[in-house]
Amino acid sequence: VENVRLLDRLSSRKAALGTLYLTATHVIFVENVSETRKETWVLHSQISSIEKQATTATGCPLLIRCKNFQVIQLVIPQERDCHDVYISLIRLARPVKYEELYCFSFNPKLDREEREQGWKLVDLNEEYNRMGIPNNYWQISDVNRDYGVCDSYPTEVYVPKSATAHIIVGSSKFRSRRRFPALSYYCKDNNASICRSSQPLSGFSARCLEDEQMLQAIRKANPGSDFIYVVDTRPKLNAMANRAAGKGYENEDNYSNIKFQFIGIENIHVMRNSLQKMLEVCELKSPSMSDFLWGLENSGWLKHIKAIMDAGIFIAKAVAEEGVSVLVHCSDGWDRTAQVCSVASLLLDPYYRTMKGFMVLIEKDWISFGHKFNHRYGNLDGDPKEISPVIDQFIECVWQLMEQFPCAFEFNERFLIHIQHHIYSCQFGNFLCNSQKERRELKIQERTYSLWAHLWKNRADYLNPLYRSDHSQTQGTMRPQIAPCNFLYKFWSGMYNRFEKGLHPRQSVTDYLMAVKEETQQLEEELEVLGERLSNLQKSQLNDNKVKSKQQDRSKQVGLSTSNNSLANTPQEYSNDLKSFPSRSPSQGDEEDSALILTQDNLKSSDPDLSANSDQESGVEDLSCRSPSGGCCLPSEDSGKDSDEAVFLA
Amino acid sequence: MLRSSQPLTGPNRKRCREDEMLLGTVLDEGERGFIIDTRSAQAAKQARMTGGGTEPKSSYPRWRRLHRPLERGRPLQESFIKLVEACNDTSINMDRWLSRLESCRWLSHVKAALSTACLAAQCMDREEASVLVHGAEGTDTTLLVTALAQVILDPSCRTLAGFQGLLEREWIEAGHPFHLRCARSAYSHARLKQEAPLFLLFLDCVWQLSRQFPFSLEFGECLLLTLFDNAYASAYGTFLCNNEKERRVGREVRESTHSLWAWLNQPEEKEKYLNPLYSPNALVIWPSVEPQSIQLWQGLFFRWIRSSQYLDEAWAETRRLVEGN
Repeated sequence: VENVRLLDRLSSRKAALGTLYLTATHVIFVENVSETRKETWVLHSQISSIEKQATTATGCPLLIRCKNFQVIQLVIPQERDCHDVYISLIRLARPVKYEELYCFSFNPKLDREEREQGWKLVDLNEEYNRMGIPNNYWQISDVNRDYGVCDSYPTEVYVPKSATAHIIVGSSKFRSRRRFPALSYYCKDNNASICRSSQPLSGFSARCLEDEQMLQAIRKANPGSDFIYVVDTRPKLNAMANRAAGKGYENEDNYSNIKFQFIGIENIHVMRNSLQKMLEVCELKSPSMSDFLWGLENSGWLKHIKAIMDAGIFIAKAVAEEGVSVLVHCSDGWDRTAQVCSVASLLLDPYYRTMKGFMVLIEKDWISFGHKFNHRYGNLDGDPKEISPVIDQFIECVWQLMEQFPCAFEFNERFLIHIQHHIYSCQFGNFLCNSQKERRELKIQERTYSLWAHLWKNRADYLNPLYRSDHSQTQGTMRPQIAPCNFLYKFWSGMYNRFEKGLHPRQSVTDYLMAVKEETQQLEEELEVLGERLSNLQKSQLNDNKVKSKQQDRSKQVGLSTSNNSLANTPQEYSNDLKSFPSRSPSQGDEEDSALILTQDNLKSSDPDLSANSDQESGVEDLSCRSPSGGCCLPSEDSGKDSDEAVFLA
Repeated sequence: MLRSSQPLTGPNRKRCREDEMLLGTVLDEGERGFIIDTRSAQAAKQARMTGGGTEPKSSYPRWRRLHRPLERGRPLQESFIKLVEACNDTSINMDRWLSRLESCRWLSHVKAALSTACLAAQCMDREEASVLVHGAEGTDTTLLVTALAQVILDPSCRTLAGFQGLLEREWIEAGHPFHLRCARSAYSHARLKQEAPLFLLFLDCVWQLSRQFPFSLEFGECLLLTLFDNAYASAYGTFLCNNEKERRVGREVRESTHSLWAWLNQPEEKEKYLNPLYSPNALVIWPSVEPQSIQLWQGLFFRWIRSSQYLDEAWAETRRLVEGN
C-alpha cells in the first residue's frame, strides 16, 4: 500500500511517508526518502493487537501494538486499503499451525552441523553435574523417560536418592498435572536444595503416603536440617479456594517436619491486567508526573515485581543462611514457581549471573520444566486468558537486580531485552510449544535454530563492562536490601519504552566502556609484545616502525568512539507541557506559544562530526529483523548499536 | 539571556521609559524577544495589587510574554519536607509508595523546572531570540531557570571550573538569599517563612541532566552532594549571607573565611568530583522531560537510608576502566 504515513509517538508532527508491505512473516514499512529508504520490519509473531481508529481527514489510522512494546501508528489514505490491511494482519498475527511461524523459514545460512552444535550449547546434564549431582543424596531418574508419568516434565528429572520410582509415581498422582516434586537447584556447600512441584490434590482431607514420603526424601537429602520449608507462592485465599476443587496445599499435620509458608504472588490474570494498565500509562500523550505515578501505582506492576523478588529472597535466605531445603509450588507449578525458583537460583549462585549460566537457568527452570510458552506468549492463536507476561516479570526482576548491583552480572540490559524480544518473535525454536514433549514431537531441533547459539556468537554486544569475575560483587550469594526498599524498584523504560528514541540517552555508557575495555586489552597485549621485542636488540629497529603504524590505526578508531559522544539530539516539545499548568486565561490571547513549536524546517541539524551512521542523528531506529534470508538482526546487531538502546548505569 | 525582578507596574499600570528603552536596546532591528515569567498569569496579574505586575504588551511590543509557573517559597519547602518524610517512612507498602511520592510533588517541580529552562534555551538556540527571565523578586525561580538554561546551552558551564563560575554568577552574586533559604532543611520543625530549597531543586535538575547525558558533565554526583551540604552548613564562606552587600559591608566574608572553591580545586580533592566518563560535548543537551525520564535522586534522598556500596563499586570500576586506558 502506497502513501502510508508512519507517525512518531512523542512528536506527532514527525511523520514518515512511505510504502507498506505485508509478507508471510513480516509487516514492512519503507520510507520514501530516497537516500535512506529507511525500513521498519515487524514480525507477525510480535503483533499483540491491531486497532483500527476513526477515519480522519488525513486518512485511516491503524495502531499496531507489539509484544515487545513497540507501538506503530500508521495512517493509510484509503479506508478500503486500511480495512484490507487490518483483516490480513488479524489473520497473519494469529497463526494456526506451528509451520506458519518464522522459525521454520528463517535461514541464517548455517550448515546442519552448526545447527546441531547450536542446540548443544546448553546442556542440562552438564549443569546438574556442575551442581555436584549425582551424589550421595541426589540422582537422575528416568521414570519419566516416555513422558509416562508427567507429560509437561522433561524426560530426565533429578530426585532424592531415597525416592524410588514407586514413590515418584505415587506422588505424581497426588499432584496437579502430575507435576511431582523434582530438583531445581542444589547447593553443594550445605546440601540444601530447591525443589519444585505443583499443588497437592489434598482437598480438605485427602492424603497420599507416597507424596508424604517424597517430601521426607527431600528432607533426608539434607542431613544438615531436620525440616524443610514448603512455600506456596499463591495468596492464601486462592490456595484455600482451591481446596474446594479437590486441590489445595500441604497440611503441616500430615507431612512430618515441614514448615509451611504462603508468599502471595497474584495469578496470571491479575498480571495480564497489570501489564495492560501499565502500557496504557505508557501510551498517554505528554502525561504529567502525577498521571504517570498514579497510573503506574494503579497498575500494581512494580508491586508484583517486588512480590516475586521477595519470594526469591526468602528462598535464597533459607538455603544460604539457614541451610534448609525448600519445596516451592503454586497451582500448576509452571508460572510463579518458575519465576521464584529462577530468581532464588540467581541470587544464590553467581554462575547464573554469567551469560552462559543465565541461558542455562532459563533452559532449566522455564524450558525443561514445561512453562507453557505457546499459551503464555501466543505462538499460535489461542485462549486470550492464557496470555500473561510471566517470563517478562522474571526478566524484569533480573534487570532490577542489575540496577542495584551494576558489577554483578556478566551480561547487560541489551541481553535481557533481546531475550524477551525473541521469546515472542518465534524466530528461533527454543520457546515454542508448551513442553519438551511437544517440542520433540515437532522435531524443533532439526527444523529450527537455537537462540542461545545466536546470542553466544554475538556475545560481545551483550557484555557488561563492569563485570569482573573476581569482583566482590560477583561472588557468593546476592543480598538485595530488604527494607526499606520500595524506592529501589524503578520503571524499566528501556523495555517498556524501548522504541521511543526521545526518552533514552543517545550515548550508551555500556558500549563506550566496552570499547574502552577492548582497547585497553589490545594495548596491554601490545605492550607485552613490545616488551618482548625490545629485549631482542637485533630486531628492535624494524619492529618499532611496524608498531607505530599499528598504533596510528588504533588511535583513529579511538577518535571515532570518543567523538561519537557528541551526538546531536533534538529538543522535545517542551511547550506542550502546558496541560499541567493552570495559566492561559482568555486574556492571554496574545501568548502564542505555538510560535515556539518548531517545525521540521526550523530544526537545525547542528553539527560536527557525525562520522558514524546517519541513523544516530535521524532518531528513527531500524526496527526488528531484516531480510528473512539473511542473518537475523535486531537493531544492535547492525552498526548503529549504541544509538538506540542506551543503558544507564545506576 | 537576561534576568530581573518584576516590573513595578502596580494597579495604575505605571510605565517607565528607561525600563522600556533598556529592554529595547537588547533587541536588534526587527528582532523579537521572549519574557519568561515564572509566575502563573493569574499570580502575575494579582501582583499588580501590591505594586508589582507584568510588562504590558503595548509598552513592550517586541517582547512576547510566556508564563511558566514554578513553585517556590513555603509550598516548595513543604514539598521537600514531605518527600524526606516519605523516604524515611519504613511503614509504606509498595502499593502506596508511588502515590505517596506523587503527593510530595517534588518530581513535578523538577519536571517543571527542567521544562522551563529548556524553553528558555529553545528560545535562544532555536528561535535565536533574546530571553528575559523573571518571577517576583528575581532571586529564586529566576535564577533556577537562568542557571539551568546555561548548563543546557553552554558546554563551558558543564566543566568543573565553568560550573563553579556559573554558581558564583547565577546564584551567589546574583543574590540568592542562601542564609534565609538554606536555614534548617527538611527535618526542622521550625518552618521558617523564608526557607525554600530552590538551590537543591537546581542541583536535582543538574543531576537529572547528568543521568541523561552521562558523558557531558565534567563533574559527578559527588560534587552535587557536596554543594548541597555546604549550602546548608559549611566550613567555608562561599554560601554565607544573602547577597554581595551583606558579604562585604560589615562582615568582610572574603577576608575572614576560606572559599569552598579553593578547597575543591585542590588536585587531591578535585579528582573525587570529576566524572570519569566526561568527554567535552560542544552541542546543546536537550533533556527529555517525560515522567519516565525523571527519576528520584536516590543518592541524595536515600543517602543515609540505603547503602551506596554497590553503586560506589560500579563507579570505582568505571574509573578503573577509563583511567587504565
